[in-house]
Amino acid sequence: MSRSSMWEAVGGIVRRDLLLAMRRRSDAAMSVFFLVIVVSLFPLGVGPEPAVLRTIGPGVLWVAALLACLLSLARVFTADYVDGTLEQMVLVPQPLAVLVVGKVFAHWVISGLPIVLLSPLLGLQFGLSGESLGVLVMSLLLGTPTLSMIGTIGAALVLGVRGSGLLVALLVLPLYVPVLIFGAGAVTGSMAGIGAEANLSLLGACLVLSLFLAPWATAAALRIALE
Amino acid sequence: MLQAVTLSCRRGERRLFSDLTIKVEPGTLLAVVGENGSGKTSLLRIFSSLLPPDEGSILWDGEDIHQLKELYSGQLTYIGHLNGIKDDLTPLENVMSAINLTGEACSRTAAQEALEAIGLKRPVHRLPSKVLSQGQKRRVALARLWLSTRPLWLLDEPFTSLDAASTGVVTQRLHAHLQRGGLAVIVTHQEVDLPVERVQRLRLTG
Amino acid sequence: MSVNWSKYSAPMAFYPLAGRLIPWFACVAVALMGVGLYMGFFVAPTDFQQGEAYRIIFVHVPAAWMSMFLYVVMAVWAGIGLGLNARLSFMMAQAIAPTGAMFTFLALLTGAMWGKPTWGAWWVWDARLTSELILLFQYAGVMLLRTSIDDMRRADRSSAVFALVGVVNVPIIYFSVQWWNTLHQGASVSMSTGSKMAATMLTAMLLMTLAFWLYSVAVILSRVRCIIVERESLPVWEEEPPVIQKVAEVR
Repeated sequence: MSRSSMWEAVGGIVRRDLLLAMRRRSDAAMSVFFLVIVVSLFPLGVGPEPAVLRTIGPGVLWVAALLACLLSLARVFTADYVDGTLEQMVLVPQPLAVLVVGKVFAHWVISGLPIVLLSPLLGLQFGLSGESLGVLVMSLLLGTPTLSMIGTIGAALVLGVRGSGLLVALLVLPLYVPVLIFGAGAVTGSMAGIGAEANLSLLGACLVLSLFLAPWATAAALRIALE
Repeated sequence: MLQAVTLSCRRGERRLFSDLTIKVEPGTLLAVVGENGSGKTSLLRIFSSLLPPDEGSILWDGEDIHQLKELYSGQLTYIGHLNGIKDDLTPLENVMSAINLTGEACSRTAAQEALEAIGLKRPVHRLPSKVLSQGQKRRVALARLWLSTRPLWLLDEPFTSLDAASTGVVTQRLHAHLQRGGLAVIVTHQEVDLPVERVQRLRLTG
Repeated sequence: MSVNWSKYSAPMAFYPLAGRLIPWFACVAVALMGVGLYMGFFVAPTDFQQGEAYRIIFVHVPAAWMSMFLYVVMAVWAGIGLGLNARLSFMMAQAIAPTGAMFTFLALLTGAMWGKPTWGAWWVWDARLTSELILLFQYAGVMLLRTSIDDMRRADRSSAVFALVGVVNVPIIYFSVQWWNTLHQGASVSMSTGSKMAATMLTAMLLMTLAFWLYSVAVILSRVRCIIVERESLPVWEEEPPVIQKVAEVR
């Protein structure tokens, strides 16, 4: 199949998923609300001490973003699996891994990008400085697509499996550890004045690596799920 | 030409069929019949390459479909027992996105004509699919047959929840496809109203 | 003198072979473990810094090595299973997971036991300990995914994919935790025992590793036999009539 028809297929998937998200805006809003609520709980639990909040801020924001990404994973393939669209996707004359990238991109735009855009506001609640807020946005911008890429492997593995919601968390969270470390590390680093560049480059490396490897694993998992 | 060579399929502990060899020539249709649970759908999924057989292989023009991979996918149109349509999209959007997915462009007029051909009137094209009846949803799925240029059609119970008129229209479409030299494998529990020389029946006993 | 190895790739043919091998591996494992523990606990010299407490490393380090080694072996079997669609490979991968998880747990437990007298804390966020913890989570993930899926074929293949994903992940985690540690400067404790390790210590450690390895082989093979019986719905008594007869004669 030619290159242009491949773009046609990937573009078709992205357009369709974004259109579906427009029709059901509440779905996209949910992960954002979740993020806001989780982040707001921490000061209530830890106490309003500004110095403490500033110390735990990057970690809290990153863990909350990670959990919000995790919760949105169930939506990536489940609807397609139930209504039969996934079968059609697998039987398309393009490499499935490439279509998966389209799926993940659409998913990230719907549930990852809002998190990135909202994060400076939440960072202010924790007393992060202007420069650190910039690093926070940058780290989430590099990190959340990686979380989506890795997460879809888990989402594909548990398709149609009983108790899949909890199972996907158990499978995916250990895989999220490096992204969490580099992401929160970048913000902490900028606050401590030792710079965020190294951590941000490592986040970028994680993104590239996941972009090359994760779609293949996801494609294999989808084929297995449909057998 | 589509061939199944010494196929066997197990689901869990049960052996559905074994040592199945059959040939589908261009211009003919294979109608797979049998009781519920006899492995009809599994056989169709094996033909579509979704399900790998436990033993044996499927050959398309003499080549194993698991070697051909995407090249084989480019030869077939598969409509399973799931319609593959989105409740939140209109029939028109559903047809267009289904065709886009296969990497082909699909104009709005072409999609409209396909939906009209299967008896869905213009006003219905713009309703969200969730308000449609089962039969209408099935017709949205089958509208893809009017846009398909693929030589091999694999249909799982295409006539389910269709009225007599729609069944007739789909049968005509199948006939035209066979006359152009196309192949089809359908799973059905109904008689197919096609010329006898074009139909091959396979009964699975389970 | 050529042996037809492919013969044994069929579960039914592998079953008796495994049965014959298990006692050998088990016996040698027990013998080596006895020698290794004796050397570790009685022959090896007392450490001038850590006293007697350090002797736990004769269990800790080999267990940690085995936990990682077994994960890689499991992933290799999983990969072979996916590539060649070989049932026996999936069974091997399934059988390895619990033993690997056990060694991971043992490494964590002995690590904590060692940590308390040495660093004054049961747990430190050291790169190796943290990676080992994540490794335990991944073993748990592989096993949970398998038990959650009813269809055996899908269970095999899905957990194989996850095992392979994990094998890429573990080194990245190790590196990232190490990076994180240097950033925080907190627990800059190194678990390495230094290069000037006494020859007896090294010998004891290697003996223990070999013993653990042989033990794993024995346990995994017997678990594979159980899996074969379970999956091929093979009546156990048909396979080994002589044993039952012997018992009858003794009575």
